[in-house]
Amino acid sequence: MAAPILRLGCAGRRCALAGVKGASRHRRGAPNGFALNEMRVQSSMAPRPVITAQKPRKGEHEWAPVVGLEIHAQISSNSKLFSGSQVHFAAPPNSLVSFFDASLPGTLPVLNRRCVEAAVMTGLALNCRINKKSLFDRKHYFYADLPAGYQITQQRLPIAVSGILTYGVCEGNKRNQIITKTVRIKQIQLEQDSGKSLHDHPQSQTLVDLNRAGVGLLEVVMEPDMTCGEEAATAVRELQLILQALGTSQANMAEGQLRVDANISVHHPGEPFGVRTEVKNLNSARFLAKAIDYEIQRQIYELENGGEILNETRSFDSKLGCTVPMRDKEGKQDYRFMPEPNLPPLVLYDADSLPAGADSQQVVDIDYIRERLPELPSVTRDKLVQQYGMLPEHSFTLLNEVGLLAFFQSVIKETRAEPKLVTNWVLNTFLGYLKQQNLTVSESPVTPSALAELLTLLDGKVISSSAAKQVFEELWTGKGKTAAHIVSEKQLGLMQDQEALEQFCQAVMEQHPQVVTDVKNGNLRAVNKLIGLVRKATLSRADPTAIRKILEKQLSL
Amino acid sequence: MWAWVGRLGLRVPLSGWRGLTSKAGPQGSGQITAEVIEHLEHLALVNFGSREAVERLEKAIAFADRLRDVDTDGVEPMESVLEDRCLYLRSDDVIEGNCAEKVLQNSHRVMEEYFVAPPGNISLAKVDECEPTPCD
Repeated sequence: MAAPILRLGCAGRRCALAGVKGASRHRRGAPNGFALNEMRVQSSMAPRPVITAQKPRKGEHEWAPVVGLEIHAQISSNSKLFSGSQVHFAAPPNSLVSFFDASLPGTLPVLNRRCVEAAVMTGLALNCRINKKSLFDRKHYFYADLPAGYQITQQRLPIAVSGILTYGVCEGNKRNQIITKTVRIKQIQLEQDSGKSLHDHPQSQTLVDLNRAGVGLLEVVMEPDMTCGEEAATAVRELQLILQALGTSQANMAEGQLRVDANISVHHPGEPFGVRTEVKNLNSARFLAKAIDYEIQRQIYELENGGEILNETRSFDSKLGCTVPMRDKEGKQDYRFMPEPNLPPLVLYDADSLPAGADSQQVVDIDYIRERLPELPSVTRDKLVQQYGMLPEHSFTLLNEVGLLAFFQSVIKETRAEPKLVTNWVLNTFLGYLKQQNLTVSESPVTPSALAELLTLLDGKVISSSAAKQVFEELWTGKGKTAAHIVSEKQLGLMQDQEALEQFCQAVMEQHPQVVTDVKNGNLRAVNKLIGLVRKATLSRADPTAIRKILEKQLSL
Repeated sequence: MWAWVGRLGLRVPLSGWRGLTSKAGPQGSGQITAEVIEHLEHLALVNFGSREAVERLEKAIAFADRLRDVDTDGVEPMESVLEDRCLYLRSDDVIEGNCAEKVLQNSHRVMEEYFVAPPGNISLAKVDECEPTPCD
């Protein structure tokens, strides 16, 4: 039988890779050829739709990778999808469990209205068609953290179908060109989350916490319209921003509120899609991109070396940077789907079909929700570009960094400085300091008001821009001093006294007659040298344009 | 993996598996192969390695097979007697939970506030070592 042998081969290779990366003593010996090769493949990986394989033989085709995603987003709600127990991250184990969540006999599911509305909102924001009638099904698994032995989901008729997500990928040499791409949304379904299992290997037992069991999930299924890890990661980031703008999910990957499974295959262009593998449980954007790109290269390597791709589930090992087969998912699962007998169909209404005199707590009106959708990230970005004249890529950065947009808007509100100056300072200086110290916007020692005051001083020519940088540094490390305070304390204010400045200019010209002669002989660039000398004489407290004006007058240029 | 099948094969003679087949219905031969049994064991964490367990499965299949005697031609399947009822919607309030002690009373074993379960279908070798599941 070919399959087990191949799988064995995989396991051996994994060890080789682990050896090279993990233990240095292996590195000195003759390294395993594959491992080295594999590492090279990884480092030279480029996000291109068509990737030429490592050692192309004569006349060999290129490979086209295909990536589809299944994303689980935890719905942001007070209570669970079918029970009245609380939804909360990191509560004491099994404290948020109702009898229904623990699958005690005789308990029945009661659908949470909020979860239905969240699904409709998300569907509308992703341009889906909302099904006015959707159905619930049971999907069976045997896992200790799924006490009922099945998950209630929407397999046959989900709540939303046929949508589109638009996202922007940075391209070009400086990565400053935004290319708009789209991915089709196959469907969005409402389903239950499972509990959490902690595997206690030494004692050969599993500890089960059912706090998460029954929390409402939105499963968003994306068609295989993506071609590399970066595209997938960017599409997920855009979905995350949309969910957060809607408030339908907090979508925090680190807390497991957004979990991504990727379906990956490679084929030659013009030929049918190849056999796909599924990489499970990708819980950070960086690992998502890495895992997908690794898996694409692994499949190409496998196929070019006479191997075969198995339709299997793999997981990403973030320490080794590679995907490995998941042993507990071997073989085809039979989920034994069946209609959920305890839940009648979910019927939604629009303005036309809304029955007269219906109890407003018992009907969900699609049109009502559509009219009240909050502003979506794409609209926010367009507005930023139009309102403040910023470049599209700047609007992407403002939204992508958590809290940066709110910070920017507060500064804009409180300062008299031009939006362009604010954009420049927020995206370069402020963000630069944050990145350098690995801080989030909320951890910044500089408040929006402090930066706003500083920029007002800069805009009013009270200080020079180099002095402003100095003040910013002081604000960052300082102890609650205001910008104005720092300016007066360090005497960083620009000289406002015209006469004094004229005297400085006069003195510099007298001390440097040779430069003055140069200027008079037509070397206009020598003026810059004089400006520099005057600034130095004023300890950088003079505005270069003011100096230039005085010098030009005095030299009668 | 193959050792597992081998063990099964040793314990239960092949003719035993033939005995599993129910009266062949109109859909399918009713044959259950050793692979199917192994797969079911794997999914369900149930050990069919005893005569009683196999008999129980046989009885269950025979019981369910009687459904095939009913003529359902031209009848639209009914999913639920509630299928033309309105689905009641609950408002998003927290009204349950905070009863870990009560819920954990049902557990065979507890560690701190966790349920303790067998190690799960991680690998066949490990499943082999664990105690029988409470499914029986």
